[in-house]
Amino acid sequence: MRGASSTEAARPKASPELTAYVRGIGLLGPGLADWASGAPILAGEAPYHPCPTVLPAPQALPPAERRRTGATVKLAIGVAQQAIVSAAIDPTQLAAVFASSSGDGVICHEICEALATEERQISPTRFHNSVHNAAAGYWSIATGATASSSAVCAYDASFGAGLLETLLQIAVSGAPALLCAYETPYPEPLLAKRPVPDSFGMALVLTPTLEAASLARIAVALSDAPADRLPDPQLEALRTRVPAARSLPLLRLLARREEGRARIDYLPEQYLAVEVSPCR
Amino acid sequence: MTSLLLSHFTATSCIGRGIEQTAASLRAQRSGLAPCAFETVRLDTYVGEVPGVDEESLPAQLKRFDCRNNRLAQLGLRQDGFRDAVQESIGRWGRQRIGLILGTSTSGMLATEVAYRHRDPATGALPADLDYAGTHNSYSLGAFARRFLGLEGPATVISTACSSSAKAFSAAWRMIEAGWIDAAVVGGVDSLCLTTLYGFHSLQLVSPAPCKPFDVARNGISIGEAAAFALLERTPADVSCGSILLTGSGESSDAHHMSAPHPEGRGARQAMEQALAVANLTPADIDYINLHGTGTPSNDAAEGCAVAGLFGPSIRASSTKGCTGHTLGAAGALEAVICAICLTQRLVPGSANTAQVDPAIGFDYLRENRTDERFRRALSNSFGFGGSNCSLVLERCA
Repeated sequence: MRGASSTEAARPKASPELTAYVRGIGLLGPGLADWASGAPILAGEAPYHPCPTVLPAPQALPPAERRRTGATVKLAIGVAQQAIVSAAIDPTQLAAVFASSSGDGVICHEICEALATEERQISPTRFHNSVHNAAAGYWSIATGATASSSAVCAYDASFGAGLLETLLQIAVSGAPALLCAYETPYPEPLLAKRPVPDSFGMALVLTPTLEAASLARIAVALSDAPADRLPDPQLEALRTRVPAARSLPLLRLLARREEGRARIDYLPEQYLAVEVSPCR
Repeated sequence: MTSLLLSHFTATSCIGRGIEQTAASLRAQRSGLAPCAFETVRLDTYVGEVPGVDEESLPAQLKRFDCRNNRLAQLGLRQDGFRDAVQESIGRWGRQRIGLILGTSTSGMLATEVAYRHRDPATGALPADLDYAGTHNSYSLGAFARRFLGLEGPATVISTACSSSAKAFSAAWRMIEAGWIDAAVVGGVDSLCLTTLYGFHSLQLVSPAPCKPFDVARNGISIGEAAAFALLERTPADVSCGSILLTGSGESSDAHHMSAPHPEGRGARQAMEQALAVANLTPADIDYINLHGTGTPSNDAAEGCAVAGLFGPSIRASSTKGCTGHTLGAAGALEAVICAICLTQRLVPGSANTAQVDPAIGFDYLRENRTDERFRRALSNSFGFGGSNCSLVLERCA
């Protein structure tokens, strides 16, 4: 006999909580220029005025690479860099998990357009930038980080999948890790098929143990309870339309420096409950 | 990390549907590569196309997932009683306690490529019947396989180019180790599409002939397609002799270039070292390395450098991509399963198509098959664009 008997299997078994400490946060989205200015908006202390997301040039990259990057890499590196700076942590030893529903939408569109022509000429740079892990690759080139980096996708559950993968890496390695969740819109005609209205990205530097610089402890478990809705209807619209913005209920609690539980979307009919306990 | 049992595994590629055909092809060193006649592609190259993918019909309630990649996934899941083994595992653990972690690089991208030829002339709109979430999106593979198998546990798709499905094994291992799940379906599915065929061509990395890994005259890859899966569970105390275990995994980043490997294979070596450390092994404990071995001059040189540096001149190694082609996001899972098959059958596989081994390679690169009754541990390498590296160690129980 191997494993548990079928009677045992019939009993629902809870997954143990996965915990970590938030040490740094990055944020960029429509009307959310960075974490410092975005946190009061998410906390409900400042009004939300949505305006198109402005992507920073990826200063961390060498100029040759910088010229080749599209919106997705700019967004991902921008929020990851913010989180690293706010955590005051050396990124070179940091494992990184990049989570998004799609790769670079503009590049995908340009490749599909070219493939629909008689010549089918596609640019080699565009091709290697079309991979889902382009942001992960450019991040490691930018920072010199040689630790593991991953790129996960679970459609609208991509943030949840990335959060789980990051916490699992931390649980098993006992080392800090970076989570970066991001999404940029497709241009038409793909936009009509996947209507993500604007770019949104967030990043967390997470550590396995409490540190002087820890902002909050988080503990994640699977849950049946539906995701929290945000009080501001425009932020709520952002949450439901951009996969990476499914993180907003968690970011809101972090911004409010409040003890509480954020419920976030995961797979269809499945949710993650994140207990947040501020450290200072 | 506590070792995991591959309680069931299967592979479908151009060298066969399921284990028996795959093993027979490996024994015969038969290559499945053929001149490219895929879709409307007009490139002077060879591909490893899986026959019969188009004939695979998805169940009526899963029609929204209908595309070449998910047809190939289903074809793969139907082999070797794999789906039945998953059902048995559901009975043992419960459907919420089995994770699903799969790798792909292009998922059902082909559906969108074809749809772009049929845009509305007036509005530019794509055809109404293109289902983006069901086909094109990377997670389409995960969503389809999860429903096809009736799983309700955590699920994700890893898309790190050509290391994707090797990393799926590592990610599932962490999930089991942390107690989030009791078992996991892992694997990789990647299917031929125009983006990869024309894309690798634009990078001048595609060979006009069948690829010949580690040959002195190697001149590029041959693109293949595959679906390979394993069911991972905690190793039981009474594990039977001949069972295959996952005992090591290592992941690293080159931090060097998007599409070219670090010239000395720095990241490759780091991944292999980490896999050995997790398995608590020294290089001398490895009996055979299934190399990433794509057949491009620079990839093989970099990997060769890393392997020779870490393992020394006597290590036996080969790439099986001369048989299967480079199956991209499926390569990690396909080659892990090939290692499992070879360990089971005590077959140390040689490299099809390689005529003259590059004299610069400083180890025992196998052109011919060998049988070895003491063949016990294999290491499998998978490296991808973005400098994403993953090595796995598989072991046959004595």
